[in-house]
Amino acid sequence: MDFFLKLFLSGTAKGSIYALIALGYTMVYGIVQLINFAHGEVYMIGGFTALIIGGLLFSSGMAVPLVLLLSILAAVVFSAAFGFTIEKLAYKPLRNKPRLSALISAIGISMILQNVVLLAQTEKYLSFPSYLPELEFLRPVREYLNSTQFIILVTTAAIMVILTLTIKFTRMGKAMRATAQDKHMAQLVGVDINGVISLTFIIGSALAAVGGVLICSYMGQINYYIGFVAGIKAFVAAVLGGIGSIPGAVLGSFILGWTESLGTGYLSSDYEDAYAFVILILILILKPDGILGKNQKQKV
Amino acid sequence: MRRSVVVVAILAVSVALVLSGCQKKETGTIKIGVAGAHSGDLASYGLPSVNAAKLVVESVNAAGGIDGKKIELFVEDDQCKPELATNAAAKLVSDEVVAVIGHICSGATKSALGIYKDSKIITVSPSATTPSLTQSGEYPNFFRTIAPDDAQARLATKFIKETLGLSSLAVLHDKGDYGKGFAELVKQYAESEGIRVVLFEGVNPGAPDYSAVVNKIGNSGAAGVVWGGYHPEASKLVQQMKDKGMDLPFISDDGVKDQTFIEVAGAYAEGVYATGPMDTSSNPLAVKAVADHKAKFGEEPGAFFLNAYAATLAVVNAIDKAGSTDYDAIIKAMRSEYVETPLGKISFDGIGDVIGFGFSVFQVQGGTYVELK
Repeated sequence: MDFFLKLFLSGTAKGSIYALIALGYTMVYGIVQLINFAHGEVYMIGGFTALIIGGLLFSSGMAVPLVLLLSILAAVVFSAAFGFTIEKLAYKPLRNKPRLSALISAIGISMILQNVVLLAQTEKYLSFPSYLPELEFLRPVREYLNSTQFIILVTTAAIMVILTLTIKFTRMGKAMRATAQDKHMAQLVGVDINGVISLTFIIGSALAAVGGVLICSYMGQINYYIGFVAGIKAFVAAVLGGIGSIPGAVLGSFILGWTESLGTGYLSSDYEDAYAFVILILILILKPDGILGKNQKQKV
Repeated sequence: MRRSVVVVAILAVSVALVLSGCQKKETGTIKIGVAGAHSGDLASYGLPSVNAAKLVVESVNAAGGIDGKKIELFVEDDQCKPELATNAAAKLVSDEVVAVIGHICSGATKSALGIYKDSKIITVSPSATTPSLTQSGEYPNFFRTIAPDDAQARLATKFIKETLGLSSLAVLHDKGDYGKGFAELVKQYAESEGIRVVLFEGVNPGAPDYSAVVNKIGNSGAAGVVWGGYHPEASKLVQQMKDKGMDLPFISDDGVKDQTFIEVAGAYAEGVYATGPMDTSSNPLAVKAVADHKAKFGEEPGAFFLNAYAATLAVVNAIDKAGSTDYDAIIKAMRSEYVETPLGKISFDGIGDVIGFGFSVFQVQGGTYVELK
């Protein structure tokens, strides 16, 4: 039982890592029906920005909490700018073209960004310092859940709640839902759909940046390629939960995390990916839209 | 009808290309290829060998070359990926190199070796350690200036049993040729020494989180952890183990015995054991090679630099002793002649493994690897 609890919590932590990235995937898909393959790279760029800014601030002798805050802020701003620009350059011109064109454009952007970082930064793995505070009350139970895992979990939960509420209850959220349902009609009734789509990319990229900082702190390392691996897993999680749905992305991520963790614990880690994809196939056979994918009205 | 014209035209062009290719042979240089990971994740293992080959070739050419012929280098990148390694090999074959220094990773080396064998090209790897590359006897053209993994695994097991005195082990690997090979051998030798292997598993390289498998290690009751693989995963494993309060001895291989591991894992790296090539840094030739590297490239050389330096010297020496670039003559010279290198005085045995150089156990102490004698 003790072992099960450890595995369950490690799966929860893993799920919340996937969810931080999956949220951005699912938001963008909800609005423009585009699988934004460059999302993983935006996450990686967020991590790099925080590493660079954090390193500069830290060496200038600033206090650690302030360094954390400012470097997250810098990562968020920089990644959001990337998300905004990517949409304007690579997706907007293709908006009325077949969906496949935008998808291929997304894959292209993903490769470009990986290689830009590879060339502009380094091909090496770099150490990512942990600016996250060590929470004392978790010390006795760190075998089950350590401080960084806990912070990631809480952040994911908070982001999910804030996003859901924003989309349900604010004016902007209403505009997003309208755009998701029918772009032309939304435009006819005066919704600025370009603004809404830009905002979606900005929010999604900002979330990716937060994920980048937290996850890199957890891994203790960063490299130009991390976005690809994490992006694929997060994409699977988003599809599993029903792509386009915010709670779905989080639920899908947790299911993926638990499956991998329990599979590793009780069977073998050799087939970790296989468990994840078996679950994906089963769910897609039984519910092709994903677990929460049917509820079209909440799709954003 | 029209199609046959096209076919004839293609044939004619390719014959012309082949002929023009043949003419290149008449030029007065000896061509040597350098192949390995020069970009991508594992470039830090591959780039030092390019620098090593450049330094040796520069000094040989400055001294008048081999029998008056200058050496020319052809550098090809494979990113340690088998599919790119075959491309690199095909490229080097068409460049008509006599010998290749490389490749770096075992998987990539294996996929390229068949091509070199068919084209009668000597291949000397500074770092590919999978035992079957020599022990299978399939590749008479293959040599290496590093001991094979089974030597590493034997040494690691001996160290675990005699020095650390552990009675049970968790053995993990990254499912790659190199890591899994090392892990399987440690398991085999450990079990024959009476050490219980309570956990043997592969993990996904590149995954952000290994906490589930770390929990499993804790649950297995292992007294120590053996990792077969490279440093990015090793640093995540040691970090996640220590964050969970697990302080088990962590023993790994040459893929982790790299300064990058310590740079990335920082304080978490302290106390980690890794087997690696013997420290030859006090060898006068090694001192000179390192000084030359600093003078030319402005920094300390990286992993496998001295191995690649020795590999290049061995090839140059064999071509010199053979008195020609004839394949059989060079192979004979490789196996019979000893050569002074930064690794010591080395030669090669009948299957291509190095004689006169081997492995030691190292431990991270105070932010650097220290050889345990």
